[in-house]
Amino acid sequence: MGLLSSLMRQWRGNGAASDPRLLPEAQLSGPMPWVIAIMIAMTVIAAASGLALRNAAQTASADLEGGVTVQIVTAAPAERLRQAAAVVAALKQAPEVANVQQVAQEDLNTLVEPWLGTRPGDDVEALPIPALIDVRLKGPATADRVAHLRALAVPVAPSARVDAQAGWLAPVFAAIGTLQWLAGGLIALLALATIAAVLLASRNALGNHRETIEIVHMLGGTDKQIARVFQRSMAFDAAAGGLVGLLFGVVTIVTLSRQFAGLGSGMVAGAVLHWQDWIVIAAIPLAGIALAVLTARMTVLAALRRML
Amino acid sequence: MSQPDAEIVQFDNVGLRYGTDKEILADVSFTLYPGCFYFLTGASGAGKTSLLKLLYLAQRPSRGLIRLFGTDAITLPRERLPGFRRRIGVVFQDFRLVDHLSAFDNVALPLRVAGVSERDIVRPVGEMLDWVGLGDRQHVRPATLSGGEQQRVAIARAVIARPDMLVADEPTGNVDPDMALKLLRLFESLNRLGTTVVVATHDVHLIRKVPESLIMRLDKGRLSDPTGALRYPPRRQTPTGASAPAPL
Repeated sequence: MGLLSSLMRQWRGNGAASDPRLLPEAQLSGPMPWVIAIMIAMTVIAAASGLALRNAAQTASADLEGGVTVQIVTAAPAERLRQAAAVVAALKQAPEVANVQQVAQEDLNTLVEPWLGTRPGDDVEALPIPALIDVRLKGPATADRVAHLRALAVPVAPSARVDAQAGWLAPVFAAIGTLQWLAGGLIALLALATIAAVLLASRNALGNHRETIEIVHMLGGTDKQIARVFQRSMAFDAAAGGLVGLLFGVVTIVTLSRQFAGLGSGMVAGAVLHWQDWIVIAAIPLAGIALAVLTARMTVLAALRRML
Repeated sequence: MSQPDAEIVQFDNVGLRYGTDKEILADVSFTLYPGCFYFLTGASGAGKTSLLKLLYLAQRPSRGLIRLFGTDAITLPRERLPGFRRRIGVVFQDFRLVDHLSAFDNVALPLRVAGVSERDIVRPVGEMLDWVGLGDRQHVRPATLSGGEQQRVAIARAVIARPDMLVADEPTGNVDPDMALKLLRLFESLNRLGTTVVVATHDVHLIRKVPESLIMRLDKGRLSDPTGALRYPPRRQTPTGASAPAPL
């Protein structure tokens, strides 16, 4: 942070030219930029995780929202094919159905291949794998709609089992929701920790400069003038720390996202960050600066009110 | 209700004690008028510095009434204190210069807190430092100045904003006789321009140099006014046109 500190010092020097040079600002906050950098980096990572999880859940939910799967569970291949064809024909007549498609036997074989094998001699087709029919509804697969589809399918195919696809992933969505709350809680805790760190730093700085503050008071300096010095110092520290924290956080996010993308899993593929999410992430250091400045101001003003 | 220029300071039965100790100041009553020059004398520990602290609003009394510039200073809301303090120049006994600021910035401090622009600060501060003989040491920090030089910076800081009242606690204690006389002449010049000057000192020679001054004597926390001149002063016209005591 050497170059950054040097630039900040120059900036401070120029900015303070027209202000009352009340306190030696460079000595006010000590390690505060580093503390804030760590807080911001952790907040950025937590926020990015929460946003990516939300996006993954939204993508999966959108994919599955109107999806219904009909299974024809019968061991006799001919009967299975007959019932499947009957169900496809029946469901095509339903007004809420957008598309009905029986999953091809080759696709089913591919689906079960990892468990049942493909070595010579394996007779996958001889296994009583249920016929699968993928149904897309025009709206979400509500319980009433699923019940209606079941009422249409069962009379023509007694072996039919009708399920909403979203129902299978309900526990996953619940887990994602919990993780999102966890990320939110982590961000709140980090904000509280930042407030506590700024509060301690401000009180410490006030104690170190009590003599000077008393002199400035005696010369007619107002509490707001003194508080502004602390605010400005804290703003510079928070800006430096926020920038470093943001960079560290973004590098971490990009590295993690590349590693997760390599997994090639459908659900994980949806856990991406959109441009709106990047705006939110970029705003975190600004929120950190605002929080630090506000905390410093309130702490200093409260302490000064106790002095004459 | 404010009555500007009628009296600049009024103490009525003022007492001051720290904690549960006995009173440092007891039953102190006096009135200061605009444009007058006052010396506050008394032995060490008589309460001079405590009385001055009450004057420049660094301390609230334990009892009694203090009116400052026609306003009750006891019940003065905290947010109005800076405005009153800017009307009072203070030379502290221990100088109380700001260590991290240069001599120039220390002297400029009252102007900066009053919101004077940098452009309007440079010339008067430079002239003031020249006047106290520190024109060539403007950018030196207090730590590298001698005691006498620090005292001169403190005096320059106290008078730079042309206060309505100047309160100085032993302002010539660390300077040579020539410089002491020069500083006294500065105080007199300010006084002639209408500034009320209160100088705490036990230097009799200094008091004699200002024959038109009024003298307050503190003895073990009590103000003696054997001539009654402080409480019942003869009247005279001040530069602002208000009534004020005639010189003793």
